[in-house]
Amino acid sequence: MAMSGGVDSSVAAARMVDAGHEVVGVHLALSRNKTYGDGRQRGCCTLDDALDARRVADKLAIPFYVWDLSEEFAEAVIDDFIEEYRLGHTPNPCLRCNETIKFTAVLERALAMEFDAVATGHYAQIVQGAAGPELHRAVDPDKDQSYVLGVLQPRQLAHSIFPLGADTKDIIRAEAEARGLLVAQKPDSHDICFIPDGDTAGFLQRHLGSLPGEIVDSESGEVLAEHDGTYAFTIGQRRGLQLSRPAADGAPRYVIDVEIGSRRVTVGPPELLDVYALEGIKPIWTTSPLGESPVELLAQVRAHGVPVPARAYAHGDRMMVELLVPIRGIALGQAVVLYDGTRVVGSATIAVTTRAA
Amino acid sequence: MSDRSYLDHAATTAMLPDARAAWLAASEHLGNPSSLHAAGRSARKVVEESRESIAADLKTRPSGVIFTAGGTEANNLAVKGLYWQRQQSSGSKSPMRVLASAIEHHAVMDPVVWLGEHEGAIIEWLGVDHDARVSTTKIAESLAQKPAIALCTVMWANNEVGTIEPVERIAELCKEQGVPFHTDAVQVLGQVPMNLGALGADAVTISSHKVGGPFGVGALIVNPATGFTPLLHGGGQERDIRSGTFDAPAIAAFAVAVRHAVAHQEEHARAIRDLRNNLVERVLATVPGVILNGDPDLLGGGRLPGNAHFSFPGCEGDSMLMLLDAAGVDCSTGSACTAGIPEASHVLLAMGVDERTSRASLRFSFGYPSSSVDVDRVVAALPGAVDRASRTVSSRSK
Ligand SMILES: Cc1ncc(COP(=O)(O)O)c(C=O)c1O
Repeated sequence: MAMSGGVDSSVAAARMVDAGHEVVGVHLALSRNKTYGDGRQRGCCTLDDALDARRVADKLAIPFYVWDLSEEFAEAVIDDFIEEYRLGHTPNPCLRCNETIKFTAVLERALAMEFDAVATGHYAQIVQGAAGPELHRAVDPDKDQSYVLGVLQPRQLAHSIFPLGADTKDIIRAEAEARGLLVAQKPDSHDICFIPDGDTAGFLQRHLGSLPGEIVDSESGEVLAEHDGTYAFTIGQRRGLQLSRPAADGAPRYVIDVEIGSRRVTVGPPELLDVYALEGIKPIWTTSPLGESPVELLAQVRAHGVPVPARAYAHGDRMMVELLVPIRGIALGQAVVLYDGTRVVGSATIAVTTRAA
Repeated sequence: MSDRSYLDHAATTAMLPDARAAWLAASEHLGNPSSLHAAGRSARKVVEESRESIAADLKTRPSGVIFTAGGTEANNLAVKGLYWQRQQSSGSKSPMRVLASAIEHHAVMDPVVWLGEHEGAIIEWLGVDHDARVSTTKIAESLAQKPAIALCTVMWANNEVGTIEPVERIAELCKEQGVPFHTDAVQVLGQVPMNLGALGADAVTISSHKVGGPFGVGALIVNPATGFTPLLHGGGQERDIRSGTFDAPAIAAFAVAVRHAVAHQEEHARAIRDLRNNLVERVLATVPGVILNGDPDLLGGGRLPGNAHFSFPGCEGDSMLMLLDAAGVDCSTGSACTAGIPEASHVLLAMGVDERTSRASLRFSFGYPSSSVDVDRVVAALPGAVDRASRTVSSRSK
């Protein structure tokens, strides 16, 4: 049982114990700087969180250990995050963490030690289907985390348990309260856990340095402003452009393109952001792969994005997705997750987007 | 017979029934040992009798026994108290040198590091050989160098690998150079004879819970002629070196535990040495590739009799610990833990063990409740644990 010290994994652990499993709590130490929180920080990765997790384990009378995966995390998640931004992509570190840490490093280690499965406090559901275990959306649409679990391979899914997926967050909070878990009032952690101050641009600047370039208008080609690094811009972004002059028509301008070589950021009207088709690399098929002929599914490109109707198929080692309703502002490096109703079909990293219909 | 085996007596050991009885008895009496009335006097009597008892057991004078809230405080008082005092009496604020072994417990190492970072102290870490032993020749050389040395601290025996250090010789060398010498004897008490009068160190740390007394009480046994700047200011209860109301019940129980440790030292050492040697012999015979760390002479006087410390190359120590825990064996990775996060041991690294092997290490330490049943349980559980833990490493390093 992966125990972060937060509400969700604490209730999940309690439910695992109630279900009669032989449960061992494991807290993952992911941060290299082992510090105590200031009591206000949104919880993840401080020593206080490890202590909270330990207290929950005590209460549930289960053994508890801390596994130090900070090296693996730094390499597979943080370095990857920085590198992706350097390449002008927009990665999702939670997804990467699930893929490389929680359901690879942790799961493999647990299986080697002859445990049967890893349980986590993610909001998602596993349903046993004819072709094997299926991953479905959680009942609570606000909390649903199936998107960030779209990176799980069938074998990983077969050894995963998500005890919370059938309930809403309110029920989980109430249950934490009823069970007397002190963490019941802890705030949810939303931010990127290794950037606790939430200043992603500052974090990237510290790691990538200043890489100045120009901000250019898509229509006139005019240079509108200078910037300190392309990594501060994501396709579709509107805020923080700090353009001195408004557009000729007074309409807001958005980041249309980020070019690494020339360090040029292009801005323009939102219509230019509409994506009609995309290609994903390194596809992961949750239960079974798609074939070469298109099927009607739903596609989602952000953790809390709206799923849109799409036609998708496999083409060699790529996932091809035609969006029947265009999605505005997709950056390379984002993950596309395909759904069949509530069922996750698979995911891939977006490598190509097509913006003309 | 319990279905678990506790083999982590170097971390803490079971409280002795006599110590508990003394503790409860003293807790029945009302009175602050520093008060002047009858109640105060009777509480004070408990403290002073305990002090005299401990001094007699360790062959030193009662006036040198400074009670503290444990080994950690005693070590901090020795390291910082000596540094500040020496700097003050040198009449200048210029930084002084501190000689410290590279294998100290964190309760010595961290105050030394702190002095370096915050007071500008010049730290000289004394290296060790592959058995974790310091070199007296090198220490003599360091002592002979200028500029001024505030103190030298070398633990009497190492808590991780059990190596006993040549403290008698180091104390002599320090005395020759007029350098105060501190030794952390927390692990030694009860396992090795201690004659502090003969040793002549300026400060010696002991801790109650390692010998069957309660937690949170210990002592720094000082040469009353050596000055210490206090860490805690207040009522000045302990010769103005340490303030805070005496914990009379804990001190009474501590004295009982020390008396027991010293009176039974010889037979205790023999009993745990036999158990330890049996464990080492069988582990070396049954686990392929296992390495015994520390002084290999199991019959000589260079190793704590209750300590066994192994590396299992190809395994993660914390996986091993978890698997042995599940198999009913309480042992330790021996290294420092921050909220349960294992780190590679600075002791093993100082001995020249590589980082990976040092993370593959476990300590088993025996105490008075230990028996051959415990050895049998470890020997039975180890091969399976090693097998599974080695798979965790190969899957991690992918
Ligand atoms: C060598 C050594 N020094 C100091 C200490 C700290 O003693 P205490 O737990 O009484 O603070 C310990 C025990 O953890 C120890 O093993």
